[in-house]
Amino acid sequence: MAAAESYPDDLKYHPEHDWARIDGDEATLGVTWFAQDALGELVHYEAPEVGSSISKDASYGEVESVKAVSDIVAPLSGEVLEVNARAVEEPEIVNEDPYGDGWLIRIRMSDAVEVDALMDAEAYKAHVAEQ
Amino acid sequence: MSAELPFHEPGRAWPPAPLIFERSRSGRRAGRPPRPDLPVPELPDGLRRKRPPRLPELSEPELVRHFTALADRTFGVDTGFYPLGSCTMKHNPRVHERLASLPGFRDLHPHQEDEAAQGALELMWRLQEILAEIAGLPAVTLQPAAGSQGELTGLMLMRAYFADRGEERDTIITADTAHGTNPASVTMAGYKLEKVETDARGNLDLDDLRGKVDERTAGLMLTNPSTLGLFDEGIEEVARIFHDAGALLYYDGANLNAVVGRSRPGDMGFDIVHYNLHKTFSQPHGGGGPGGGPVAVRDTIEPFLPVPRVVRDGDAFRLDSDHPKTIGRVRGFAGPFGVFVRSYAYMRAYGPALREMSETAVLNANYVLARLKDVYDLPYDRHCMHEFVLSARGLKREHGVTALDVAKRLMDYGIHPPTIYFPLVVPEALMIEPTETEPKERLDEFVDAMRAIAREAAESPDVLHEAPHGRPVRRLDEVRAAKQPVVRYSFDDDPALVG
Repeated sequence: MAAAESYPDDLKYHPEHDWARIDGDEATLGVTWFAQDALGELVHYEAPEVGSSISKDASYGEVESVKAVSDIVAPLSGEVLEVNARAVEEPEIVNEDPYGDGWLIRIRMSDAVEVDALMDAEAYKAHVAEQ
Repeated sequence: MSAELPFHEPGRAWPPAPLIFERSRSGRRAGRPPRPDLPVPELPDGLRRKRPPRLPELSEPELVRHFTALADRTFGVDTGFYPLGSCTMKHNPRVHERLASLPGFRDLHPHQEDEAAQGALELMWRLQEILAEIAGLPAVTLQPAAGSQGELTGLMLMRAYFADRGEERDTIITADTAHGTNPASVTMAGYKLEKVETDARGNLDLDDLRGKVDERTAGLMLTNPSTLGLFDEGIEEVARIFHDAGALLYYDGANLNAVVGRSRPGDMGFDIVHYNLHKTFSQPHGGGGPGGGPVAVRDTIEPFLPVPRVVRDGDAFRLDSDHPKTIGRVRGFAGPFGVFVRSYAYMRAYGPALREMSETAVLNANYVLARLKDVYDLPYDRHCMHEFVLSARGLKREHGVTALDVAKRLMDYGIHPPTIYFPLVVPEALMIEPTETEPKERLDEFVDAMRAIAREAAESPDVLHEAPHGRPVRRLDEVRAAKQPVVRYSFDDDPALVG
C-alpha cells in the first residue's frame, strides 16, 4: 500500500529527492515520497557496507524498481553506522513508509556545515512542483 | 467510445494455452522413426541414465495445436504496429530469407578453406566496404554478434589503442540519456563511468562536459540522435573537447536508422562506430534471433581490430590473421554469416537510395509527433529524428493515469506498446519509433488510439488502470515477477504430470 504524498517539516532535503533527519552529529537518510512514486514499487535495495564512507552528491547505493535501477544520492557526507536491514529484506517498505520504517542508512556526519546547504520542506516542495 | 474504433478488440475470448507437458499423455507419438539398422553402441553403466528423459508425448495434431496457440498469442511486426522506441521494429523483406538459405551460403562449412569460399568472403568484404562508407570510417570488423558486443569490442579497442601509446586513462563518459548497455559495457571493459547531463534543448550540456573531460578520460560513448530522438546540435564541439584532451569518441549505432546516407558518424568526429544490423539493416530481431554488431574504426585504431579480417588480394579474398596488435578474436569463426547475407542484400536492393530509408523513418516520426504533441507533453519541443519521447506527466498529474497505463491500454487497440520509462531524464516517458515501413493508415490508427486513450484518461481512468482488457492476460504482477521469478516448470509440485 503506497503512502500518501507528504514532505515532513522536520527533515532536510536534497534536490536528488533524498531526505536527512539530523540528530546531533548523526543523520538518518532515505528517499522522498516523490522519488518512490517516480520509481514505482521497489524490488531491490543495494545498501552500502556499514563502516564505509559516503560523500555528499555521490551515489551510496541503488534502488531497483520494475522500471529502472537508480542511484541513491547522498545528501550529506559521513560514515555509515547502520543499514536498514528491513528495507534490504522488504524494499517495498520504502514505498509504504518512506520517512519512517523505509529509512535507508544512518550515518555519522563528517561535515555538519553541509546541512546548511540542504533544502527545508517548503523549498523542496517548490522543487518538486517544477519536476 | 473506444469500442467505436474498428481496430479495437473489446474482449476476445482466448482459449487456454496449457504447457506442452500438460497436453502430454503417456505413449502418444507424433511419428515413428524406423528402427536403427546399425549396431547399438555399448555404453558403460556409469554413463547410462537411470530413467528415460522426461519428454512430452503428443500426437502430431495436438503438437501443431500447441504451437499454433502460442503463435496466436504472440505479437510482432507481422501482427501489427510495433513502435518500440530505440528498437527499430521494422519490416524485413522476405526475399532475404531466401537468399540467406541459398545452399552455397547455408551449407558452407566454417572450416572451408578460403579458396573454396570465395563467394562468401567476397560478400563479407563488400559488406565491410559499404558499412565503412556509411560510417565515414575506413576499417570494419564484422565479428561482434550484437550491439552490446560491438560496444565491448569498441572499448577494448580504445584500451588497446591507449596501452599502445603508453597512456593511462581510466574514465569513459556517457550521456544521462544513454542506453543501459553503455554503462554496462564501460564497467565490463574495466573503465570508470562518468555521466554528463542533458541541456534544455536535449543536447549534451557542454559546460558540464568541459568540467569532466581531462587527461584521465579515455573517451565518450554517445548515440546520435540521442535516445530522446534528437540530433545533438553541438556534436562538432563535443568532438573537439574530447580530441583536444587526446580522448576518443565512440558512436553507439542503435539509432543509426535516422541518419544513413544523410550524415556520417566519422564526419561528426567519432573514431569508433558500431552498427546494429538487426535494427538498421534488415536482420529480423525481437525474438532472440542472431544479431550483428559490426564495428568501424578510424585508421589510427585499425591495427587493433579483431582477427581474422576479411581482406582482398587482387581478385581473391581471404581471412587474414597477421595483425600483431590485434585484440584477438571476439567471436567464433567469422561472425553471424546469415545476418551478413540479409544486410548485404538489403543494402544492394536499396542501392544509392538507401538514404530514403532514413528520410522516411524521420518523416514518419515527425508526422506522428506533430499529431500527438497537443495531447501529451513534449519535453523537448524540436523536430525529432527517427523517434521521439512524449511524457504522460500531465495525465498523471490530472487524472492519475501513468505511462504504464497508456502502454497497457494501447494493447487493447491492437498496437504494441512503445518503450516506457526511458530515457530516465523524462518522467513518465513514452518513447515512440514508428519506422519507415509503416504506411500512413497505420500511423493514423496509432495517433487515433493515443488520442482516444488521452480522452479515456479524463473520462474513465479506471478503464486504463485495469487495461489490458482484450489480451490473453491482464495486468501482470511485475513486482512479484521480479522478486520471485518462476522460470521453470516444477514437476515436484505437480507429480501427476511426471510421465
